[in-house]
This record gives sequence, C-alpha cells and structure tokens, in this order.
Amino acid sequence: MAEAGNPENIIRGYKEVSVTEKRGEKRKWRQFFRAHSHGRPKQVKDVAHQEEVVRVLTNTLETANCPHMLFYGPPGTGKTTTALAIAHQLFGPELYKSRVLELNASDDRGINVVRTKIKDFAAVAVGTNYRQGGYPCPSFKIIILDEADSMTEDAQNALRRTMETYSKVTRFFFICNYISRIIEPLASRCAKFRFKPLSEEVMTNRILHICNEEGLTLGGEALSTLSSISQGDLRRAITYLQSGARLFGSTITSKDLLDVSGVVPLEVVERLFIACKSGNFDIANKEVDNIVAEGYPASQIINQLFDIVVKAGDDTTDMQKANICKCLAETDKRLVDGADEYLQLLDVASNIIRTLSEMAQDF
Amino acid sequence: MLWVDKYRPKSLDKVIVHEDIAQNLKKLVTEQDCPHLLFYGPSGSGKKTLIIALLKQIFGASAEKVKVENRSWKVDAGSRTLDLELTTLSSTNHVELTPSDAGFQDRYIVQEIIKEMAKNRPIDTKGKKGYKVLVLNEVDKLSREAQHSLRRTMEKYSSSCRLILCCNSSSKVTEAIKSRCLNVRINAPSQEEIVKVLEFIAKKESLQLPQGFAARIAEKSNRSLRRAILSLETCRVQNYPFTGNQVISPMDWEEYVVEIATDMMKEQSPKGLFQVRGKVYELLVNCIPPEVILKRLLHELLKRLDPDLKLEVCHWAAYYEHRMRLGQKAIFHIEAFVAKFMSIYKNFLISTFG
Ligand SMILES: Nc1ncnc2c1ncn2[C@@H]1O[C@H](COP(=O)(O)OP(=O)(O)OP(=O)(O)O)[C@@H](O)[C@H]1O
Ligand SMILES: Nc1ncnc2c1ncn2[C@@H]1O[C@H](COP(=O)(O)OP(=O)(O)OP(=O)(O)O)[C@@H](O)[C@H]1O
Ligand SMILES: [Mg+2]
Ligand SMILES: [Mg+2]
Repeated sequence: MAEAGNPENIIRGYKEVSVTEKRGEKRKWRQFFRAHSHGRPKQVKDVAHQEEVVRVLTNTLETANCPHMLFYGPPGTGKTTTALAIAHQLFGPELYKSRVLELNASDDRGINVVRTKIKDFAAVAVGTNYRQGGYPCPSFKIIILDEADSMTEDAQNALRRTMETYSKVTRFFFICNYISRIIEPLASRCAKFRFKPLSEEVMTNRILHICNEEGLTLGGEALSTLSSISQGDLRRAITYLQSGARLFGSTITSKDLLDVSGVVPLEVVERLFIACKSGNFDIANKEVDNIVAEGYPASQIINQLFDIVVKAGDDTTDMQKANICKCLAETDKRLVDGADEYLQLLDVASNIIRTLSEMAQDF
Repeated sequence: MLWVDKYRPKSLDKVIVHEDIAQNLKKLVTEQDCPHLLFYGPSGSGKKTLIIALLKQIFGASAEKVKVENRSWKVDAGSRTLDLELTTLSSTNHVELTPSDAGFQDRYIVQEIIKEMAKNRPIDTKGKKGYKVLVLNEVDKLSREAQHSLRRTMEKYSSSCRLILCCNSSSKVTEAIKSRCLNVRINAPSQEEIVKVLEFIAKKESLQLPQGFAARIAEKSNRSLRRAILSLETCRVQNYPFTGNQVISPMDWEEYVVEIATDMMKEQSPKGLFQVRGKVYELLVNCIPPEVILKRLLHELLKRLDPDLKLEVCHWAAYYEHRMRLGQKAIFHIEAFVAKFMSIYKNFLISTFG
C-alpha cells in the first residue's frame, strides 16, 4: 500500500532519538508510530464496531462477489480503512494496482474525469475468477470513490450510466460523511452501510490495546476522558493519545488529555449560561467577548450549551428549553455556512435572555 | 522594520507569552516527527510567531532563510486550462502559502499544487529529516470543496509531509480535517501579558514608559498583541517622551465607524440611509473586511442603546452577517442592517416620546 509509506523511512527518522532515552523506550516508540500513525487495520475482520459491514464483506471474501457499496458515517469510524482492506484482501499486492482505482477528493473528479478516466477503467474487461496466491481475485474491478459527498451532482449523474453499463466487470465503493449529498439514483444502486461512531466500550478496548502494546499507562479516569472527548472518532483518540504521550511521557493523566484535545472547559459554558440567566445583556456580552478572545470554537460552545440547557433545572420550563434549542439549531447551521462566531454567539445569548425573561420571541 | 516584526521572538525559548505552549511544541517535535497541526485563535494572538519558531526548532537555522516568490501554475481543469498565481514563502524544508487567495479556484490549488508538493519527499544528503512541512494560512477561508480535497492528501502522504494549518475561526474548518490534526488553541494574551511584552520592547528601545501607560495601550488593544505593539510605535512617532495622559488614538477606520453610528442615531430616513451607504462604501473600498465593519458598527451602537433594544439589534446583526456570507455583495447586507436598525430605532423613539 503506497499509503503506509516505506517503513524504512519511518524508522530512519527514529535513528537519531536522543541517546538519553532508555533503549527499550526507543523501540517502543518506533513500534507505536509504525503501528498507528502510518498504518490502519489491514484486514476487514480487524475493523471494530461495524459488525454488519464486516459480516457482509467476510462473506464476500468467500463467495468472491459483492454489490456496489455505499459507506457513510462520521470521521474516523473506519470507512476508508474497510474499503482499502477489502480491496487488498480480494486482490493481493500483485493485482491491486490493475484492479483497484482509488479516487478521493484530492483528485479532480469533475464530470470530465467521470467520462474519461473512470469510464475507461470501468470498461476494461478482466479475466475470469481464479484464485491466485491465496487471494480470491474475483472477475471484477473495484473503483473506490472516497469522500464522494464532495462530488458535484453533475459528476454523480454522469456516473449512473457507467455504473449500469459496466456492472458486470466493475463494483463501485462510495464513501462519504453525509449520505444526503449522494444523489438518490446512485444511492439506490448500492448496499448502504452506516458506520456508527465507536461506542465508549469499543473505544476503550482499542485504546487499552494500543496502550498495552506501546507501554503507556492510562488511569481509569484518563481512559474514560479519552473516549468521551473523542466522541466516537477513533482517529482523534489515537491523535490525542500520541500527542499526550509525546508531551507528557508514558503516564498520561486525564488533565493532560483535556489539554491536548482543546475541549472547552465546562465552567466557561456554564458562566455564559448563568450570565444569560441574569438577564443583563452587558454581562452576557462580556462572556461572549471572552470566549472569542480565548479562541474557543463557537460550534463546540453551542454543543455544550445544548447539554446544559437540556439538563437545566426546574426553573426553566420545557417550552423555554425548546425555544433555546431551536435557536441553537439555527445557529449551528449558520456557523456551518461560515457566519461570524462572535455575532452568532451574541445572538444565542440574546435569545436565551429573551426566552428566560419571557420577552417577545419574534421581532 | 516595524516593531511587530523586529520583536517577534525567533525561537520557542524566547517567547514572552504562550510559554507553556511553546515548551509543549518543543517536546512534540523532539523526536523528529510530529502530527499535522492546526493552530487556531483570534487575530494577533501569536499563531504565526509560534509556527515560525516551531519550524526553526525542527529544521534549524535553514528555516529562517526564506525566499518569497510569485509563482504561477497552469492547471488542466477538464475543458480549459486555468492560470493560477500565488505568493509562496519557502525555505529548503518548508513552503508556506495561502490557498484561499485563489478565491473560488482554491480547490485546484489543493488538488494539484499542494498534492504535488506533499508527494515529493525532500531529498536530504544526510538522510536526516524525512519530511517537509507545508504551512497553509487562513484555512478557515477555504471553500468546502478545497477542504474536502485536503483530507486524503493529509493521510496519504503523511510519511513525506506534515501540514501546519493556521486559522482564526476553527468552527469553519470541517470536522474531518480537525480529526486529522492535533488542534492547538492560541488564546489572545491577557492585558497583563501584553503589558509585559510592551515593557520588554520599551526596554530594548530605551524608552521611558510613564506609570500606567502600557496598561492603557493594552486595554485599548482588544487583547490583540499586534495591535498593542503597533499602538505603542504610533505613540512613539506622535510624541516622545511619552506623557502620562497622552492620547492613544484609535485607527482611522474605527473613528469613521463611530461617525457612522452617530449618524444612524441622529437621523433615520432614506436620506440618512443614503449618506451612511456612501460612508460604508468608503470603508469597503479601503479593504476593511465587511464583517469587521459590521461588528464594529454593532459595538458602537450597543454603547448607545437601551438594554431591550440591544437584544434586538444584535440579533439582526447576526442575521445580516449570515446573509452576507451566503450572498455576493457585502454592501447590500450592511445597508439592510442599517435600514433595519433605523426602523427599529425610529419605532422606539415614537413609542417612547410620541
Ligand atoms: N472501526 C474501526 N476499527 C479499527 N480501527 C479504526 C476504526 N475506525 C477508525 N479506526 C482507526 O482510525 C483511523 C482512521 O480511520 P478511517 O481513515 O477509516 O476513517 P474514515 O471513516 O475514513 O474517516 P473520514 O470520514 O474522516 O475519512 C484508522 O487509521 C484506524 O486506525
Ligand atoms: N509569544 C510571543 N511573545 C512575544 N511577542 C509575541 C508573541 N507572539 C506574538 N508576538 C508579537 O505579536 C505580533 C503578532 O503575532 P502573530 O503575527 O504571530 O499573530 P497571528 O496570531 O498570526 O495573527 P493573525 O491571525 O492576525 O495573522 C508579532 O509580530 C510579535 O511581535
Ligand atoms: Mg476516509
Ligand atoms: Mg498571522
């Protein structure tokens, strides 16, 4: 796999690790980086938490057949990993290059590429089924379109024909975060699999596994912090762990992890909510000013504010909660559109003040 | 050379604020490898300073020998060929660029140029550093497509290239990119920290700072270190030796916004609107970003308003700024806000004073 890079190069970088380090530690570090920053599970069966797709693909390995596939779900849940793993397991290193075309958003996938490169690849006929070097080598090719949600509608439309015409000799794997960005005619031709955010339990297991191999020590509290701050995204958890280990040595505490993750401390959001409760606009404005100066991401403030509002005590009525949540939802969308963080947070503050003091909602 | 550049700390050990972050960064790169990094935080908080110092920490003195180039590329975009131009800043081991400068063609910069740069492993005679660094500025201004295009590049070529991304507003960076980086928050320095930096510079320049003078500058800086240092230098040019009550003048454009706000409070009519429009246009022509104008205008209005009106007015500011993002001509949306404000304020005046 081109992606894993050349292990020699990675190791080479480590030859010069400072001599003060104990020999044993040096070795561990090398392993850590080979295993985790440059590699991913190479076999479908090692993909955690996505039982359904693993079951179907394991079956594929036996029957050497599969439908078109659509993988969707949030970042770092194993979509790319799974697609690359099955492609490798089906064809092995020899045939991989000639049988698998991987295109992602870093490649131009405009309508022209669909009409030429993709079509040409899809059209090539391939030999019949015969096992080779222990790999099933089915008689089709695979085109992996990673990050397919960034393809234009035109380009997706142009794909319909290609998919249909060459379905005997080509299977498409679409991968995306948002299934709604894939046009219906494409989606309906695929077996769809939703990749779930990894549950805390699975996350904990994977993390413990890594810690074990790398000789890192993580207390119970740190462990649960790590799985909760990475919100089901294993890639993120690994990055935090790696950075935490680098910064704070082989024993990592919960606080270290919070430091590297940049989550907003709960007090900050609580202070904003209390300021709004006071009904005094100027106080709330000050809090917003401070949040922006501290550089906390507004999108995350909104998320955490949501938790606080939903759990707020009896002095807040359900109607009020609903009202605020509606405003939070709208703000979330505006932030995605690229609206200014300060103004949006100020608007949220204004809305909460008005709601809690039962002022008119609409202007 | 301006003081902001002259007194930019050159190494991670010499920073005056963000010392803890600097030390952490140092540890992060001691083993010659580091994850992709995303620096985010308000303007003038010291992101670039840390990035430059970090590069020096990784690559040594060679990182300081940079050359600025205006480069152009021909990119094949299907049916036509695009000419792309960008300014790059590069040393032997790193390249810095601002892909969002290419406007709506930023996607091609990422797909063609950045990918190409990331692919090629630097050849080093000593076989020492197996990777190079790409510094991308203002990634929050990149289009969605361009951000998507970065994702796999970050994974695929991670053995030959590290990305350091820099932005003000991390909410505008997609989750998928944030998930691939270590996110480093650079908060705006506190007023005390700013005072410390100002005192340091004053000492180097052998200036006498009257009691409380640095604190006054810091207070007016809105926690932007750059702004504070610029103010200090302006004061130095205007009047030295400093006097205890010396005026720290705001920027020209800010004074102009004060004028606009005053106009809006004074007269609410089509004629008033027309006048304000001319002034807003003037600011836009002078390259003050529209959202900055709108925010400043809101800031000035809020100072002058009744509490209930504040709640309403800030709602509309947020509303029109969002529309401005989606639309094309900023002036329309600022003008709409002004008109909305005038109508709200006029109604208020009528209902209170008849
Ligand atoms: N379900 C999983 N089982 C095992 N490892 C996983 C799983 N999900 C993620 N990982 C780990 O996280 C890293 C990132 O996963 P991957 O690239 O497959 O994510 P993705 O779903 O394609 O995300 P994105 O939408 O951001 O592209 C992998 O290198 C792998 O080590
Ligand atoms: N850690 C520091 N210690 C002392 N002075 C600093 C430090 N960081 C920044 N400065 C001063 O503040 C000025 C502004 O910092 P810098 O250019 O790094 O800001 P920035 O965060 O990149 O801002 P922007 O987002 O507007 O580009 C620098 O020119 C330097 O003089
Ligand atoms: Mg992926
Ligand atoms: Mg900068």
